[in-house]
Amino acid sequence: MKTGHPRRRLAVAITAASMLALTACGGSGFSESAEDGGGEAAATDAPVSVLIGSSGDAETEAVTAAVDSWASESGVEASVIVASDLTQQLSQGFASGEPADVFYLSTDAFAGYAANGSLEPYGEDLANKDDYYPALREAFTYEDQLYCAPKDFSTLGLVINSAKWEEAGLTEEDIPTTWEELADVAEQLTTEETVGLGFSPEFQRLGVFAAQAGGGLITDGEATAASEANVEALNYVKQMMTDGVADYSSNLGAGWGGEAFGKGLAAMVIEGNWIAGAMTNDFPDVEYQVAELPEGPGGKGTLQFTNCWGIAADSDNIEGAKALVEHLTTPESQLAFAEAFGVMPSLQSVAADWSEQYPELEPFIAGGEYAQNLPAQQGAADVLGELNSQLESLESSDPQQILESVQPLVETIATQ
Amino acid sequence: MPSTPTTAAEAPPSRVKRGDIRGRQGLAGWLFITPVVLILGLFLVVPVIMAAWVSLSDWTGRGSPFSASVSFVGFENYSGILGGEGLIGRDFGTAIRNNLYYVLLVVPLQTALALFLAVMVNRQILKGRGFFRTAFYFPSVTSSVAITVLWLFLFSATGVINKVLSFFAIEGPNWFQDPRGVLHILFGLVGVDQAPAGLRAPGFLGISGWDWLAGPSVAMSAFVLMAIFTTSGTFMLLFIAALQNISGEVQEAAMVDGATGWQRFWAVTLPMLRPTLFTVLTLGLIGTWQVFDQIYTGTQGGPAKTTLTPAYLSFNAAFVDQQWGVGAAIAFVLFAIIVVLTLLQRWALRERDVPRRRRMVPAGVSAGSSAAAIPGTAAPADEEGEQRR
Repeated sequence: MKTGHPRRRLAVAITAASMLALTACGGSGFSESAEDGGGEAAATDAPVSVLIGSSGDAETEAVTAAVDSWASESGVEASVIVASDLTQQLSQGFASGEPADVFYLSTDAFAGYAANGSLEPYGEDLANKDDYYPALREAFTYEDQLYCAPKDFSTLGLVINSAKWEEAGLTEEDIPTTWEELADVAEQLTTEETVGLGFSPEFQRLGVFAAQAGGGLITDGEATAASEANVEALNYVKQMMTDGVADYSSNLGAGWGGEAFGKGLAAMVIEGNWIAGAMTNDFPDVEYQVAELPEGPGGKGTLQFTNCWGIAADSDNIEGAKALVEHLTTPESQLAFAEAFGVMPSLQSVAADWSEQYPELEPFIAGGEYAQNLPAQQGAADVLGELNSQLESLESSDPQQILESVQPLVETIATQ
Repeated sequence: MPSTPTTAAEAPPSRVKRGDIRGRQGLAGWLFITPVVLILGLFLVVPVIMAAWVSLSDWTGRGSPFSASVSFVGFENYSGILGGEGLIGRDFGTAIRNNLYYVLLVVPLQTALALFLAVMVNRQILKGRGFFRTAFYFPSVTSSVAITVLWLFLFSATGVINKVLSFFAIEGPNWFQDPRGVLHILFGLVGVDQAPAGLRAPGFLGISGWDWLAGPSVAMSAFVLMAIFTTSGTFMLLFIAALQNISGEVQEAAMVDGATGWQRFWAVTLPMLRPTLFTVLTLGLIGTWQVFDQIYTGTQGGPAKTTLTPAYLSFNAAFVDQQWGVGAAIAFVLFAIIVVLTLLQRWALRERDVPRRRRMVPAGVSAGSSAAAIPGTAAPADEEGEQRR
């Protein structure tokens, strides 16, 4: 009986062996990783790939042009890949051990990748590192080390519909500089089909009021979500909403503040400098002006958003990638990007040039002086998500309760 | 085994020959299934094993999950999501709540609608049956992303649905931005708009009793409508195929017995559709528990996390938060839920009325069929016996 079916057993053995072989292939393909990555080989001229999440053709073309010009100068092959879902494609790259060499990296994702060792901490080697805005450097510092070069940044400002402003009989003098004035003009601008002030239903917008009240979710490493300043800020927003002079863009039937503004559903919105591009493309007929956000009880305050040029620790050509990033962050490149897709340069020395070129957007870059970062520790995105989900029903809830329920969550990330 | 001389003399050549053929057949068989075994192994078994390992490890998404720097953490990831503690625990509870209501609404409604459409389209008197069949099936062949985008437009605050509702003097909600639970709205109508004292404390999976009773949010209801709209067509096809398998004679016999149309449907057609019904319910159950693409393209879990589903949460935990272990653990819990529910449903739909059906079959036929069954079952045993020899 034992010897009855040698062939069958042979066949089983073959199948099993080839299964194993294939499994092993699968396994090893998956694990080409850290061990052989991080090659410090300086002399390599392995091609450099750049993964970007593009806002549109203008951005893609500008980045491609800048990368190409570096490639022809340095003789290293370089290519730009436009991600359809940047977060996912980055994650896949890191897991496979073959990530893109250079990539856009948001503050949300930064801490996670820095913590698991995916990022090459090259920031300290940058020649011009002291020229970056301090708050931007802080955003990309993990365990006291600057990891990557801030690509550019955006701040929030008050965007005003000029036609509606005039209709309401308001002048240049009336541009609000305090909370009372803001609520006042919002009331004057509110009509049957237009609400005075609109903003997206998220702390990424409402946080400006917390900043102006002198608050913030994390202050000096301490969780301060339930601070009195934050409660005061949300109460102020809630008051405007219950008075009917301010509303969420989602309640107005728009996807974001800019859409509500362009469609004339809101006479003023709190948005970033990216709104300039959106207005040119989607609502070229709407005249608008930009002002700095008003001062609250705690002085001036706004929020800033930024990305950096990440370099993968597993890159085959780290030196080449660094050289490329240095090229992409020169004042010339940054001004070219600014022209192409409306971002603000991350270098302080370029700010003056930029304001000269775009005087109408000057309030945005002025915000860079006092802008706050949102928490970006690992897990912060989820905490903000939880806060945002509660803010959606701000009008019918108690701001104090919302903030108190978020406080323990902020504590868990603040201690990192 | 005692063997007579004759068999002993004849047996060896025949045994060798037979064994040869069997062996060759066996080899050929294994060769034929090798591609499938390899493909399934490479793309199904290996990834599943890897995911199982990841769900038990602290892998952070960099390099191989089998490298030395990744350590085993036992069921930490599982206890994190199932304990109802912390943000991820409560998010998981919320996701299960949302998806549960989604399943409870979509599966029965889509099955009922599919069956209804199939019966209608299958009627001989209906003119233009081909047209209706195509029309009902059309949503199923359209990509879910396209339909989701269409839905976002239809159900926007100023969209077509709200326009139509306004003709009836109904002010439609801002569908995809409305986090209110449908049951909460109903409770509100009878004056209960705050959580009663007994339902406030965090309960199962960290979700309070009041929140478990929220029902699907208005936003989720729009997704429920969409799922019913898109999948009914597919299942209608399955039902049509099954209906065409029911011979006209059975219906005629029922008519001769004086059964009305309604009785025939409940007592004849529906019982005969039981296998198809099981298929449709199972496919529906699996599809609804895994709902992902609509959420990903439509709402990303919002408003107020009321369209968060376990599948989307799993994706988010892994790809966005770099919590790969947690993401994999959610996927396995989801898998367990689906398996358990499918088994439950199999048990619920099992054939309970076998004896009664036997009674209806004429005695002779029954005896014949049971007699026929004996050689059938005996045959493999016979082979076994021969092989053992």
